[in-house]
Amino acid sequence: MTATATSARSDLSELGRSETALRTFLHGLPGVDQVGAEQRAAQLGTRSIKTTAKAEAIDLAIRMVDLTTLEGADTPGKVRALAAKALRPDPADPSCPHVGAVCVYPSMVPYVAEVLRGSGVHLASVATSFPSGQAPLEIKLADTRAAVEAGADEIDMVINRGAFLAGRYAEVYDEIVATKEACGSADAGRQGRPRAHLKVILETGELATYDNVRRASWLAMLAGADFIKTSTGKVPVAATLPVTLVMLEAVRDFRAATGRQVGVKPAGGIKTTKDAIKYLVMVNETVGPDWLHPDWFRFGASSLLNDLLMQRTKLTTGVYAGPDYFTLD
Amino acid sequence: MFEYAPAPESRSVVDLKPSYGLFIDGKFVDPADGGSFKSINPASEEVLAEIAEGGAQDVDRAVRAARKAYDKVWGPMPGRDRAKYLFRIARIIQERSRELAVLESLDNGKPIKESRDVDLPLVAAHFFYYAGWADKLEYAGFGRRPTSQHSGAYPQPLGVAAQVIPWNFPLLMLAWKIAPALAAGNTVVLKPAETTPLTALLFAEICQQADLPAGVVNIVTGAGETGRALVEHADVDKVAFTGSTDVGRAIARAVAGSRKKLTLELGGKAANIVFDDAPVDQAVEGIVNGIFFNQGHVCCAGSRLLVQESVAEQVLESLKRRMAQLRLGDPLDKNTDIGAINSAAQLSRIRELTEAGAAEGAQQWSPPCELPERGFWFAPTIFTGVTQAHRIAREEIFGPVLSVLTFRTPAEAVEKANNTPYGLSAGIWTEKGSRILWTADRLRAGVVWANTFNKFDPTSPFGGYKESGYGREGGRHGLEAYLNV
Repeated sequence: MTATATSARSDLSELGRSETALRTFLHGLPGVDQVGAEQRAAQLGTRSIKTTAKAEAIDLAIRMVDLTTLEGADTPGKVRALAAKALRPDPADPSCPHVGAVCVYPSMVPYVAEVLRGSGVHLASVATSFPSGQAPLEIKLADTRAAVEAGADEIDMVINRGAFLAGRYAEVYDEIVATKEACGSADAGRQGRPRAHLKVILETGELATYDNVRRASWLAMLAGADFIKTSTGKVPVAATLPVTLVMLEAVRDFRAATGRQVGVKPAGGIKTTKDAIKYLVMVNETVGPDWLHPDWFRFGASSLLNDLLMQRTKLTTGVYAGPDYFTLD
Repeated sequence: MFEYAPAPESRSVVDLKPSYGLFIDGKFVDPADGGSFKSINPASEEVLAEIAEGGAQDVDRAVRAARKAYDKVWGPMPGRDRAKYLFRIARIIQERSRELAVLESLDNGKPIKESRDVDLPLVAAHFFYYAGWADKLEYAGFGRRPTSQHSGAYPQPLGVAAQVIPWNFPLLMLAWKIAPALAAGNTVVLKPAETTPLTALLFAEICQQADLPAGVVNIVTGAGETGRALVEHADVDKVAFTGSTDVGRAIARAVAGSRKKLTLELGGKAANIVFDDAPVDQAVEGIVNGIFFNQGHVCCAGSRLLVQESVAEQVLESLKRRMAQLRLGDPLDKNTDIGAINSAAQLSRIRELTEAGAAEGAQQWSPPCELPERGFWFAPTIFTGVTQAHRIAREEIFGPVLSVLTFRTPAEAVEKANNTPYGLSAGIWTEKGSRILWTADRLRAGVVWANTFNKFDPTSPFGGYKESGYGREGGRHGLEAYLNV
């Protein structure tokens, strides 16, 4: 069942014009009871997904992976290899789908773009002084434009957590609006090329409370986010099931209120097929099948992919193959 | 669409015998007059086993066995030794929990995820908890004075306890009854419900496995007549009953004027109060848990939703969306949320009351939900537009049926919540701590949950106000019912 609002669609676009209006709105959202949210997430984690349902879930999860490398040591060779893997995750099995996207730093975008061109695999780039976001706005915007210029069609930006935690919601809002503009400005001269999709990283591990996660989710969506994403993967607490649950509830309620659908991307710490399936169950039972598509749900992960491939092979052949049979890129 | 493939728990772990006798004086024996009845699987109507029907003669035999064990073995035994038996039973329950959970779901119809994740962990926890009390009774708050013919510096047990339990949580209610009774030094004769005797009989095997002295626990199966013979038996010192208010009244009359000590845990019609500042998503989970947990076969179920009128539309919309996700079907499937109604009789009672609700003008709603052809099933249902005058707002339905009422102010919420002859439990949903305390102070209910529902713990006392019964089970308070204080 999909979320439908009985009330008329609301126009919330005016909220960003004033700090007071934003604050009043965000603090007027219903609270999240921590114990209840964690209990619900744990409960969804006990679903038993077997046989055909498991096979279907694994292929969907592979298509949803944003295959990621975000290291200081990334080189053109490393990211080219990763991009090749994104296209053919399991060279031994042509029926294996390709992943959703490759996610790299802006300087690595051109090398990945060469490999992915025309493949249907998206090219995501982190930007806005990832992961801390602690740089002057002009630099963050330049970072974004450079990534788009170089061929990224998805931008993963970080919000200004310092401003958010200090209660300067308008500042966070304005930065997201400006970054979204930067994602689109590169289109001006090139026809037929869509603007880059904007994923907004909330860094929920630093926001600490579920109330904050819900407010930051709404703030990002109001400012125009195409996706909301949990984490950079660079702080100790990354994606968790309860945080993702709160964000899914937010996108569900946002669509019911405005009619616009926003995607969700948990990132960091999701390493096993079992974990990935728990997330898919949560999507299925919280927001429904409309979100069960790589356009609307992604996993930010790297080691997850090989576990998915191993489980996939196990299901098709009946035996577990050792890790040496899966490529390490 | 993401369809979950069937994920059935295996039945092979359960070794069902074709027939079961009565468990008296440490052995399974045939009933004196040879009567029997069948226990069926309510999800398929398949006969599970033939069960002995205990008569007055069998009850007498069981009470005499319990008396002998009390006088000779269990009464004089030091508390620390009784504790060893209870700890051993608790551990065996944990070891055999999968078997017990599958059997409970087969006989009762409840989903395996509940028998596995709720019933069995709580059953073991109750035995562990009361095992700990067995050698510490003088610190339970009831004084150290010697008060019975067994003089000693400890609070003294009562003697032989007659215990009659319901079918909604067969093994858990057994644990609530037997664990404190044994810890305090009593011996017991327990009658399980006639539709769900199997886990009690498996528990009898566990008593044998634990080398519990003969006669300390006796299980006499049968229906109402067997229960009557048990509570009316002249040599019983204590009667404990959980079940309907009507039967509770009859028992209270039967033991009136006798030396028997009585505790009753009866029906309920709990209010689950949702204020306008509630955490909506979690409140909806709490509403669902409150009324659809165990198919609503819960005496403390949150069967009356009192929602503040200003948020009623939003809460109901979320509730309906959530109800559409409930999976009804095979109780042994690990993904089943709603299992079978326990019996044909209970199903017709639920139907009668829901028909009355519709006839009295309330609006009935259920999500699209396919019911299996065989067995006893009822789709999760809510009634809106319910007023205090409707039967469905006053009578206990004991099924997956929620009555929704609205209120305007906190005072009105409390007034409506208390406007019932029952008083077993209540729920409060609000983000404001002071409002939780204000409301809880004014609710006449034995258990009040705040921002949660149906939370049970062996350390916490449970029991009713008004016609929901008297006495408390669980916690230190639960010992009082089994001690001469």
